[in-house]
Amino acid sequence: MSITRRIFGGTALAAMMLAGGAAHADDPVRIALVVKALGIGFFEAANDGAMEAAEELGNVEIIYTGPTSTTAEGQIEVINSLIAQGVDAIAVSANDPDALVPVLERAMQRGIAVISFDSGVAEAGRMLHLAPSSDALIGRTIIQLAADHLPDGGQVALLSATATSTNQNTWIAEMNAVMGDYPGIEVVATVYGDDLADRSYREAVGLMQTYPDLDAIIAPTSVGIVAAAQAVVDQDMVGQVNVTGLGLPSEMAGAIESGASQSFAIWNPIDLGYAATMLAYELSANGAEAAPGAVIPMGRMGELELDDSTTGAMALPFTYDASNIEQFREIF
Amino acid sequence: MTRLLKSREALLVGVIVALLALIASRFPAFIQPGNLVDVLTDTSPLIILALGQAVVILTRCIDLSVASNLALTGMVCAMLNVAFPGLPIPVILVVALALGAVLGAFNGILVWKLSIPPIVVTLGTLTIYRGIIFVISDGQWVNAHEMSAAFTGFPRTDILGLPVLAWIAILTTVALLVMVARTPLGRAFYAVGGNPNAAVYTGLNVGRTQFWAFVLSGTLSGLCGYLWVARYSVAYVDIARGFELEVVAACVIGGIAIAGGAGTIMGAVLGALFLGIIKNALPVVGISPFWQLAISGAAIVIAVAFNARAGRRQGRIILKRAEQEAQA
Repeated sequence: MSITRRIFGGTALAAMMLAGGAAHADDPVRIALVVKALGIGFFEAANDGAMEAAEELGNVEIIYTGPTSTTAEGQIEVINSLIAQGVDAIAVSANDPDALVPVLERAMQRGIAVISFDSGVAEAGRMLHLAPSSDALIGRTIIQLAADHLPDGGQVALLSATATSTNQNTWIAEMNAVMGDYPGIEVVATVYGDDLADRSYREAVGLMQTYPDLDAIIAPTSVGIVAAAQAVVDQDMVGQVNVTGLGLPSEMAGAIESGASQSFAIWNPIDLGYAATMLAYELSANGAEAAPGAVIPMGRMGELELDDSTTGAMALPFTYDASNIEQFREIF
Repeated sequence: MTRLLKSREALLVGVIVALLALIASRFPAFIQPGNLVDVLTDTSPLIILALGQAVVILTRCIDLSVASNLALTGMVCAMLNVAFPGLPIPVILVVALALGAVLGAFNGILVWKLSIPPIVVTLGTLTIYRGIIFVISDGQWVNAHEMSAAFTGFPRTDILGLPVLAWIAILTTVALLVMVARTPLGRAFYAVGGNPNAAVYTGLNVGRTQFWAFVLSGTLSGLCGYLWVARYSVAYVDIARGFELEVVAACVIGGIAIAGGAGTIMGAVLGALFLGIIKNALPVVGISPFWQLAISGAAIVIAVAFNARAGRRQGRIILKRAEQEAQA
């Protein structure tokens, strides 16, 4: 696919040169969606949403790209090549908040509209950040998911991605900030599975061994939650330890079926890709300004209100359980 | 030399026992038989891959594609299971072994016939195999609920108190021990790695021996591919990414000389067990995950330092003799 794109990009460039830039009005607005890594279901779904937005807007071409592994170096290479191709806007989910700043600043100097979505970039490196939900709401949601099934309180543990993941750390901090509202619930440990299935599995087994009275494992990462659910099944702890957190319905359907997980939450990645594309379009083609306090429309998702750090929240996370898993597992 | 290698294994056993005692002092439940079985089971893929890698390193090569081979075979097995849920497990196992062997043979052919350095060949196939997974799966995951119960249940089945996964590791170890000690091919691995020139004069085909080492390593990676995917009940592009380095580390810690020709099968198994115990113990003794990396890294450096010291001592003795003779 990327070869097709490159050829297409080359032809478009040649065509532009031939036309001497006279045909600007008919050029499609080219919006690049730079994801953490190719092959992640969540971002594939975001791409579907971006496609939907492109269709709705009409004159928009989506370039879905990213490195093959979740590294900042890989994203820098990808962004450099997008700058060379002269795209109109870049929407990026960053593997590192600071490492991407210089290359994105260069992109903005060349007149490319840059926004970050999902996992943010430091303020200097983007015009605005589209958070899938507000960090505070996610922090509350993940502890609420555990608390829903622990009316008498109990012990919970966190299984995160890497110790340096921007979004996981923010959510955990927000969760800890509201722990006062859940007096019976005690967070006994935070462990890191590095978003690898085997390491997350091992960490989950370790949690159940270290804390025999553990009632719930909260994994705010899609790899970790699946691995933890499998570990709970293998350790015969279904019914004693409830795995919850953030996951994808298609990946968690088995865990809901086996009872290892009662419920989990996620925003809708299709909506996220859709909103990111709408915002990128507004900034690059409609002259919208990303300033603190600005309100920018994003199609069917309503409007994005920017705070002092030019960050806006899209919507509330959505809870999935046995009642609706069948409906959503086919979608993403 | 033999004495030295024997002491390496004795040393490793000592280190492992000391490590277990240390862990038990902080978390007694770790050395309960049930948990030790869990640790052995968890370490089984690493043991199996380390066995194949040990043979490859013995022949002066290195196979960096094992983890990608594992991931590709695992994805193929998972997709086969989704497409044909009724396919019996023995068929899946045969497919896994055969595909792994083919992927290993591809490495072997490039090393043998085109004489490309193994590190370059397998660095290339590492990326190629990962890429193929993305192409065949289209980036999609194969999830637990899509796999059949027999598919995910096989490595977990208990036989005489041990899961099948652990039994496979034990049987593979025994098979490799016999093969390396008792078959012409097994001896050839040492001869080719120890001194390729001398091996040619004794009538051994160096390239072909290395080819078979790669086939063996590939076959074992393929086997692990199915076992891995079944154990974690999930298959996606990134499974076992970076695992090849752990496998090489297990071999180096186990005393397999990276220059080839020296080291034992038991050494590789002990090296894998050492890493496996550390990986399983660190979560329960409550040490920061960063220490895990630091400890594994320190173990590798210490092991290499041991190897280097052994080699240097030999050199000095020769020089001293030459010196003495010159003086006399």
